[in-house]
Amino acid sequence: MWVWLHKFGSPKYFFTISGRLLPWLGGATLLLLAAGLYLGLFASPADYQQRDSVRIMYIHVPSAWNSMFIYLLMAVSAAIGLIWNIKIADIVAAVSAPIGASFTFLTLVTGSLWGKPMWGTWWEWDARLTSELILLFLYLGYMALQSAFEDRRTAARASAVLAIVGAVNLPIIYYSVQWWNTLHQPQSLGVGMSTIHASMLIPLLLMALAFKLFFFTVLLIRTRSEVLERERNSGWVQEVIEEMAAKTETNLGRSGNEYR
Amino acid sequence: MLKVFQVIVRRDLTLALRRRAQIVNPLVFFVIVVSLFPLGVGPEPNLLKTLAPGVIWVAALLAAMLSLEGMFHSDFEDGSLEQLLLTAHPVSLTVLAKVVAHWLVAGLPLIVLAPLLGVLLHLPGESIQVLVITLALGTPVLSLIGAIGVALTVGLRRGGVLLSLLVLPLYIPVLIFGAGAIDVASSGVSASAHLFILGALLALALSLAPWAAAAALRISIE
Repeated sequence: MWVWLHKFGSPKYFFTISGRLLPWLGGATLLLLAAGLYLGLFASPADYQQRDSVRIMYIHVPSAWNSMFIYLLMAVSAAIGLIWNIKIADIVAAVSAPIGASFTFLTLVTGSLWGKPMWGTWWEWDARLTSELILLFLYLGYMALQSAFEDRRTAARASAVLAIVGAVNLPIIYYSVQWWNTLHQPQSLGVGMSTIHASMLIPLLLMALAFKLFFFTVLLIRTRSEVLERERNSGWVQEVIEEMAAKTETNLGRSGNEYR
Repeated sequence: MLKVFQVIVRRDLTLALRRRAQIVNPLVFFVIVVSLFPLGVGPEPNLLKTLAPGVIWVAALLAAMLSLEGMFHSDFEDGSLEQLLLTAHPVSLTVLAKVVAHWLVAGLPLIVLAPLLGVLLHLPGESIQVLVITLALGTPVLSLIGAIGVALTVGLRRGGVLLSLLVLPLYIPVLIFGAGAIDVASSGVSASAHLFILGALLALALSLAPWAAAAALRISIE
């Protein structure tokens, strides 16, 4: 297993494998996204209370799930990078953060868009919205620390410590916010999603899966370009670039001197 | 081991007492921030009473932030931090000693000053008692969590603002239960549940934060 881990952890091996994986992952994402969006936006019934605004849920809930999932993945891969010195894990952690922050932001925006017609206000200090906001702060802190160091190795290790501390703190923050919320507003505005009909559940699950795949696709793309940038002085990257240049040359059917 | 601990605490205290301004400035900041609020929201006693727990706690958080940077900075600059890391004693012990020293200079005076501010904001006597207990339980947590942040940013040239970005979100539970306890006490209910949770946070931070800060220091010094 160790041999395998280190083999997969080597940037070159990762680059080849991920290059083969990427079209499949991207295709599956597109298919699922299309199916989920169609079912969610057209085929599923409108809620009898919330009418069409319930459809925001198909974006809101999957991105909320993603926002938490990505933080966990980021912390785990940062820990792997810290403990076993695996370059790819460091890179995965570093590039996950902006994606996770975007999903968190998307969750906040869609939540507030949904809140306006439902609760009558753009922002409610609801427990879940508040913890999403704090999650966004954690992401921003992580990204700020990541960019504060000039040396990438130190940046990865220092921010790994922060990510682990944040992951330990996240449940504590989540539960304290919930407690704080029940104290301040005894009757919180319940969403009432305890029972959900299959006609809504299926598009929701499809979208959740599509969002996960979308994340992995973007993660791979970003990791690949980061790998190329960090390894730009090594031999195999030069080869890859020359190969790409040659391909473009044949595609365009003209001299590729400008690509060199 | 205990001897090392004592020596570091005593050394840091001596250093701090020779630079009194560094102790006094965060305290003055604490008092000024709290007294800005009545000027901002108006002198209505009932309003101030409801705002008081939150205001005092947020101000304490910010004052603790301000004093944090000094925890490792001067030692880092003159190289003694590196020497401390090179000794045979566990780094987490060194960190814990420094945190204790920091709390004695930065946290303890806040607790002493807080009742006065409570009176200024029209807090009733019992709530002031609870305020002092929450600060006594909460400010060590602030120093402990803060130590991780300072350890991460000590090698950076402009660590100050970054430090607050890293540390303030992690302070939220302490703020919630600290201010919440006083709120509950003002409404006449026993605040013991909140205080127990603050105690639990302290125990957790005391057992985990020194390790994390030690790991962070090793990374920063490298």
